[in-house]
Order: sequence, then structure tokens, then C-alpha cells
Amino acid sequence: MSQCILELTVSNHPGVMSHITGLFARRSYNLEGILCGPTGDGLTSRMYLLIDNTDRLKQIVKNLEKLHDVLEVSFSIDSAQPFYAALNEFYRQKEDIKD
Amino acid sequence: MRCSGAEMIVKTLEKRRIETVSGIPGGATLPIYDALYKSSIRHVLARHEQGAGFIAQGMARSTGKTAVCLATSGPGATNLITPIADAKSDSVPLVAITGQVPVSMIGLDAFQEVDTYGLTLPVTKHNFLVRNVNNLPDVLSEAFQIAESGRPGPVVIDVPKDIQTEVVEIERWPESQSTDVPTSWNKREIDQIVGMIHKAKRPVICIGGGVIASGCAEALKKMAEKNSIPVASTLMGLGGVPPESPLFLGMIGMHGARYTNYVLEEADLLLAFGVRFDDRATGRSMDFCRRADIIHIDIDRSEIDKIKRVTLSVVGDVGEVLRDLISEIKVDRRSNWNSRITRLKAQYPFIMPKTDSLQHPINLVHHVGKIAEFDTIVTTDVGQHQMWVAQVYPFRSPRTFLTSGGLGTMGFGVPAAIGAALANSGRRVVCFSGDGSFLMNIQELATIVEQDLDVTVIIMKNDHLGLVRQQQELFYNNRIYAAEFHSAPDFATIAQGFGLSGYDLSKSRDPLKTLALALSKPGPSVIVAPIDAAANVYPMVPPGSANRVMIGG
Repeated sequence: MSQCILELTVSNHPGVMSHITGLFARRSYNLEGILCGPTGDGLTSRMYLLIDNTDRLKQIVKNLEKLHDVLEVSFSIDSAQPFYAALNEFYRQKEDIKD
Repeated sequence: MRCSGAEMIVKTLEKRRIETVSGIPGGATLPIYDALYKSSIRHVLARHEQGAGFIAQGMARSTGKTAVCLATSGPGATNLITPIADAKSDSVPLVAITGQVPVSMIGLDAFQEVDTYGLTLPVTKHNFLVRNVNNLPDVLSEAFQIAESGRPGPVVIDVPKDIQTEVVEIERWPESQSTDVPTSWNKREIDQIVGMIHKAKRPVICIGGGVIASGCAEALKKMAEKNSIPVASTLMGLGGVPPESPLFLGMIGMHGARYTNYVLEEADLLLAFGVRFDDRATGRSMDFCRRADIIHIDIDRSEIDKIKRVTLSVVGDVGEVLRDLISEIKVDRRSNWNSRITRLKAQYPFIMPKTDSLQHPINLVHHVGKIAEFDTIVTTDVGQHQMWVAQVYPFRSPRTFLTSGGLGTMGFGVPAAIGAALANSGRRVVCFSGDGSFLMNIQELATIVEQDLDVTVIIMKNDHLGLVRQQQELFYNNRIYAAEFHSAPDFATIAQGFGLSGYDLSKSRDPLKTLALALSKPGPSVIVAPIDAAANVYPMVPPGSANRVMIGG
């Protein structure tokens, strides 16, 4: 199945991650990977979500947009997205440790 | 000005013109209650936090204004979860303020500590845990804004006790923000809708809770009448069109009349106004209106294409869209389509009982509908009685029918009736309940008496969890299990014990007269109405079937 990346700008406070992951759990939509970190002044965070690109994707985006702490949502299916590289690097390092 | 967190809360409620709040105090909310002591806000003491939550819902549902309830930390907060989830399902604007253990003790398993933020996260529109008293004014302001903007819903504010007592200097209070949703449709979309309506041979409007929330019943009436489009309703849309209207088709879905579901089956255009295609309304969704193009108007973008892929959609307040549509659509009598509907109504009518005995629940509802004042507000619990009321009671205006539609919470009726009575003094509130549901919030009879409200509770007593029994009879080969009550509490005497008037129609020589007396006498009363235990709600679409598949009726 093809995958895609959701890029979110969210408010940065404890509990935001629960709102995001809670939405995916409640709508039974699988989250394959998460990368998250504060941006600029630390008032917001950037969040990258790796998810399956199914016909319910649009619906989940609409639900994300409704969350009060989600300020911006965009998505890309571009495999040149830096998130893929970061994720691959993460998996590679993990494999290295195992070896 | 110098202000404690608790005073900020009360001050915000006053600025928001909140006149009444419901709740139960406890250790973690004592500072808020101490601030309320000095306020003109009326606090209604419930007897269980679930009751407090539904009292607030009763105020919100009957007026459309945001209502507030309070509970302490731990069990106080967990007891509120059901009414909060219920408010989420039915889009009711509610602000629930809960106490929490002091910030320094969070995470240490303190007495009456529970993760209210985590627990309420999936059942709220949004929730807050306030960690800094300086944020409290903005959080309070945002909470109201979120609760009432767009598609309304519940918001929880969890406030640790030390935040309530901390005193800080407040320089400015947040301005209240606009709750209007910007218009997002254009002339071209309106033209497209108008074109589809004019082209359609068999259009049907289906209204839902969104029409009630939008307050656009008048605009809807104008539009439907101008182009002679029949109007069906979901459970949540009842009251949007008076039953006397020749265009009204009644309630669709699992317990809709046969002709209603058949008309939708024949439609070539469905105008879905403020509905969310709930499974009890659509039956098997693939088969719902399968011959029809669908135009969906809803304020919540995420409802579009959620269940049914639609032909055209507009995201916005249905009332505002209607106002743009009315001037554009032409006058049409649609005599072919409307005479077809008249034939379907005659061929597949809603079947009234053959007897006029009050033992038959439909006669009971019908009779109450005849003798109650026009402005009576009706609440229900959940089960067979709820469906009979939805089928037969003549709801003539919006917000006269308060029922737990989405979540289906037994125990809703009595506290919601209290809230409706508090917010609408001078109007009678009738709560239809069953002997299953009634016991789920019976403690609130004490609140009714304390507030001396004109609430009449009518308990349809069949000694069963009736809708469970009905499904076991129809779909589990009549293996009735755990659905029958073998003890029969004397509800009339219990009501008298609480200080209400209690009547039992089985002991009355003239039940009609007793009913009329209880409904006209000031003050609260409980009427026990024994009904035929074998009575089922018909027609019934078996769960998972298409709406054209109906049993009975």
C-alpha cells in the first residue's frame, strides 16, 4: 500500500500528542511513524505522521483540521520528503545496533 | 484587579450571562464554590454528577445557549463523562468545569486524582488542563467560543485546586470572540443546487439536528413550501417542521413509518440538511436513497463524504445557505410527486392501535400530545418509550423535543427535564420514561422537589428493558434473557416519598382525568402508566438492513 506523510503545525503543550494519537485510535486509522519537535520560538511544534494512503485519508485530514491545537495540515506523497530519509536513517541505525 | 483563579471562573460565567449552573461540590472545587457564594449565579445542587451534566444539557438543548456544570476531581469527573459524551454525540454546547488535585500532586496518585484530561479527550470537542493561573482567563474565553462556534459541542476545563486559590493581578479580560463561521460557498454552488432541484422530479428534504441548532425552521418552511418539496426528519430534527404541514413526512429510519422510508427509496434527489447519516436513520447506508443524487449541507466539513459519497456539498450554516437558496428557487407545485406521496401515505400509513386503551403506549403518547399545552417541552429517556414518543407526539416547534439521540443514554430524561424547566420558567416539561431508564437517575427527583419545578414524569411501566426484550423476541428467537424485572418498585409511592405528587393510572378510576390533572397541576409529579408488556415498536428495520426492509407496522 502506498504511504503518505502528514505535516502538522500544532500548539506546543503537554497533551497535544494525545489529541493527535487519540484521533487516530478513535477513527481506527493506523499511524506508522511519528516525528515531532518544537519549532522556532517553541510555541508550536512540527509533527510528521507517516500513514497509509487509503481512501479515508481525506476524512482523517478533515478531522485533524478540526482539532483546536492543530494549526495547519498539509500532506505529501513525495518520497523525497526529508521525513522518509530521517525515518530510513532511524531504521538503519536500529538494524546496526541489532547486528 | 487582583483575582483568584476561582474568582476568574465565576467572573467569566457572570460576564457570559450564565444565570444557572448545576453541580456537586467536593474537595477540589471548594474554592470555586466559595467564589460562587458571593455571586448572583444560581447553583442547582444535583444528587449525582451525571444528573448535573444532564441538567446542564437540558438548559443548553432547550435554549441553544451554552450551559455550565461543575464537578470535583476523581469520581466527580468520571461521573460527568456520560453526559459529556452524550453532548458530543448530539452537538450540545456545554462547558464542564472540574476540580483537580493541586499541580504539585498531579501524577502522584493523590486522593481523588484521576486523569480527567486523558479521560475526556475522546468525548469532548476540546479540553484543557490549566497549569498556570495566568492562562485561565483566556482558557475560559476560548472554552465558550469553542463550545458554541461551528458545530457546537462539550468542552472540559480541568482546574487544579492551587490554580483556583492562586491570586494574580489581571490587567485585561479577554474580549469575547465571534462564533460565526465564515461563509464559504459562492453563487456558482447555489446555482448548481438550484439547477439540481429544478431538474429533479422526486426531491426530498431530510432535516437533522443541524436545522434545530441553526434555528432556521422558518427558512426551511419557506423553501420547502415554495418548491413543494416534502420534508422528512431524523430523530434529532423533530420539531423542525410541524406535523400538521402537508409536506411533512415524519421520521425516517429504523422506526420510521413505512411510507416515510418508501418515499426516500423513490427519491431522485435528497437534500440532506444538517444531518450526519447516522446508521439508525439510514439503515444499510449503501442502500440509502440509492436512486438519488445527494446534496449535503452541513457546518462540519468532516461530515461530508463520511458515510455517503455525495453529489454536491456545501460546508456552512444551513440557515444561511437556505436564505441564499430561497430567492433563487422557483415556485413549483410538483403535483405528480406529491400525489404519489399521498398515495404512499394512504397505502403504507403509520398504524394506530385498534383500541383506545391507555395501556397501549401509542394511545398514551397521543393523548398527552392532545392535552398538553403547545409550548410544552418533552424529554425522553431511551428505549421503546422514546421511539413511541418520536413516532406519535406532535412536536410543533424546535427545541420542544429533548432526547439522547446519538449516544442513547438511559437516565437522560429526568435531569434533562430539570434543566429545561430551569431555563424555561412558566412552561411545563413532560418527561417520558420507562421503568428501566427511570431508575438510572431517580435520585434527581430530590432536585426537582428542591427547585419546585413544573415537571411531570410519565413512566411507561412494562417491567422490562423493552427494546432489549423486543430485539431478543425478533432476532434471538424469543430467548428473553436479563431483560425482565422481577421486582416492581411502587414508583408512585417512591415519588411521594421524595415529595412529588405520585399517581398510578392502574389504580385510577378515570385514568384520562388523572393524566389531565397531573399535567395541569403546578409543581412536580410522577405518573405511573402500566403498558402492555408485549407491545413492540413497529415498524422496525432490522439492524444492518436497508430501510425498505421493515418488520411490522
